[in-house]
Amino acid sequence: MKAWIPLLLRLCLLALLIAFLTNPLWFEPLLKPLTQNGAPAIYNQGSLMSLAIQHLRTVAIATAAAIVVAVALAILVTRPVGVEFLPLSRSLVNIGQTFPPVAVLALAVPAVGFGEKPTLIALFLYGLLPIFENTLTGLTTTPANIVEAARGAGMTGWQRLLKVELPLSVPVILAGIRLSVVISLATATIGSTVAAKTLGEVIIAGLQSNNLAFVLQGGLIVAALAVLIYDALSALERMAAKRMGQVAA
Amino acid sequence: MSIRFDKLGVVIAAITAYGAFVAPFATFRANRIVAGEPRSILEALPQPLGLVLLAVLLAAGLVALFKTPLVVRLGASVVALLSLALLIGVAGSHLTPEGNTFARVSPASGFWVLIFAFTLLLADVLTRLQLSPVGRVVALGTAAAAIWLLLASGAWDSLSILKEYANRADSFWNEARRHVELALGSLVAAVLVGLPLGILCHRVEALRAGVLNVLNIIQTIPSIALFGIMIAPLGWVAANIPGASALGIRGIGAAPAFVALFLYSLLPVVANTVVGLAGVPRAANDAARGMGMTGWQRLKNVEFPLAFPVILTGIRIVLVQNIGLATIAALIGGGGFGVFVFQGVGQTAMDLVLLGAVPTVALAFAAAIILDAVVEYIATRKSTEVAAA
Repeated sequence: MKAWIPLLLRLCLLALLIAFLTNPLWFEPLLKPLTQNGAPAIYNQGSLMSLAIQHLRTVAIATAAAIVVAVALAILVTRPVGVEFLPLSRSLVNIGQTFPPVAVLALAVPAVGFGEKPTLIALFLYGLLPIFENTLTGLTTTPANIVEAARGAGMTGWQRLLKVELPLSVPVILAGIRLSVVISLATATIGSTVAAKTLGEVIIAGLQSNNLAFVLQGGLIVAALAVLIYDALSALERMAAKRMGQVAA
Repeated sequence: MSIRFDKLGVVIAAITAYGAFVAPFATFRANRIVAGEPRSILEALPQPLGLVLLAVLLAAGLVALFKTPLVVRLGASVVALLSLALLIGVAGSHLTPEGNTFARVSPASGFWVLIFAFTLLLADVLTRLQLSPVGRVVALGTAAAAIWLLLASGAWDSLSILKEYANRADSFWNEARRHVELALGSLVAAVLVGLPLGILCHRVEALRAGVLNVLNIIQTIPSIALFGIMIAPLGWVAANIPGASALGIRGIGAAPAFVALFLYSLLPVVANTVVGLAGVPRAANDAARGMGMTGWQRLKNVEFPLAFPVILTGIRIVLVQNIGLATIAALIGGGGFGVFVFQGVGQTAMDLVLLGAVPTVALAFAAAIILDAVVEYIATRKSTEVAAA
């Protein structure tokens, strides 16, 4: 019975989020006390729904690109051909993680201009790291006896990769993707400082006009999206782990 | 003996060729906000320096391309990086017309690509050398000293980023101090609160899930929103609690930034304390209990020292993250290097953006290397102690 409570809470959160995005005016009385001098309580320079969709789209494009590149790189450095690159790629990943998102974003502007592009670049770079690291962990910790068995069964390197190593690594890779998506959802808001159309626009409009209601609604929508997506991906991960006969971490 | 190619070297040589011959080395602009004109290495440098640089790059690229001893590779990468660093300064003074204070010369994509190629080579050499923790800090110190020397000698004074600096030297150091205060101060506060909270969560299981869930949810709130949300409670405190505003607590400015950074820092500190304490072997705890240690003595003499490397890893995460996030403080008037980044973005003056972004990246990078070295140093010392015992 108790196991249903978290699910119920999440469904409520989802319902609340959809209600807020489709009919923000219903919530105006709640946010009104946070405004001053009769300022609007609900963001009025664009539809919250379309901003949320743009936000998710930006994160989805960047994450998809990051998944392709990170998984391909991790596969490359764990094959005999690329094993020379393994130590270097590890240190590069560590160095890359120290770059602050604002700096990456701002430095990308001279190269590609304002708008969505610098945000995509920053999110892509940020998304790479957790996925790469987890794919690497997954591929390097496949039990040796399983790989041996696959080799004994006469599988070629490619077959072992596609039929044994990658499927066994799916739960760990998914964990990396989950981490990367949650980071990207929050980082995408900063993209609005360089004129990307994301929910950050609402927050920044609030900061500029000293309107706390805007800041709060922008922040809460992003947080709700992050919590829901995090949980959905966690569930997916548990399913994948169960299919692989592993115990969920 | 057959000639053998180094696989990474092929990549580095290709990047070098692109950076040296295709991409522009420097950008010349008539003033700080107009679009720039690209200049190649030979156009940007007086002869014969341009040819010398090309020769150095060619030699270093060849060293990278073939399988060569590590010492040679180390030498090649350092020489190439130093030549690039010195000559970009020369390009600055060469391209700036005599007496013209409006013209701006900045490194262009070719320069950055070349720096990237040889930093890659250097990183590869340093990784393969498997430096000890002390060795890594020494390497970092050497690099910092070299950069400081270049800055102090005035070799880079003709570059646009330093012209921006020269216009704001005072405010630069103010913002730098503010940035470090925000990042370090919130870390100290998070450790003071997070350690006891982590210990409490470890001892009282009922608390653990609740506290960690709340801290997890705080992490999902985007940073700019959390900074903004803090304005309201702190504004209320400043208005209603006597003495608060005298302490510098205000709705906007450094106080809300400090609180937001503090809240973000709590999760890694608390979570790592819990994980570290949970990882203490039961046998060690039982032995301490058998010796008649009280709960407090066990914590101080057994559990905490054993958990310390994990806790320190949490602190490393927080410090690097805080140095990056402190840039956001500028959006709510909290100061820090973000001031230059956002001013620069607003004025589309990219040199100003660099003035804020480069020190932030350097600080975060240095903090990561130093703390990683400390974590490894403590962990290896601990394992040798255990082996000796």
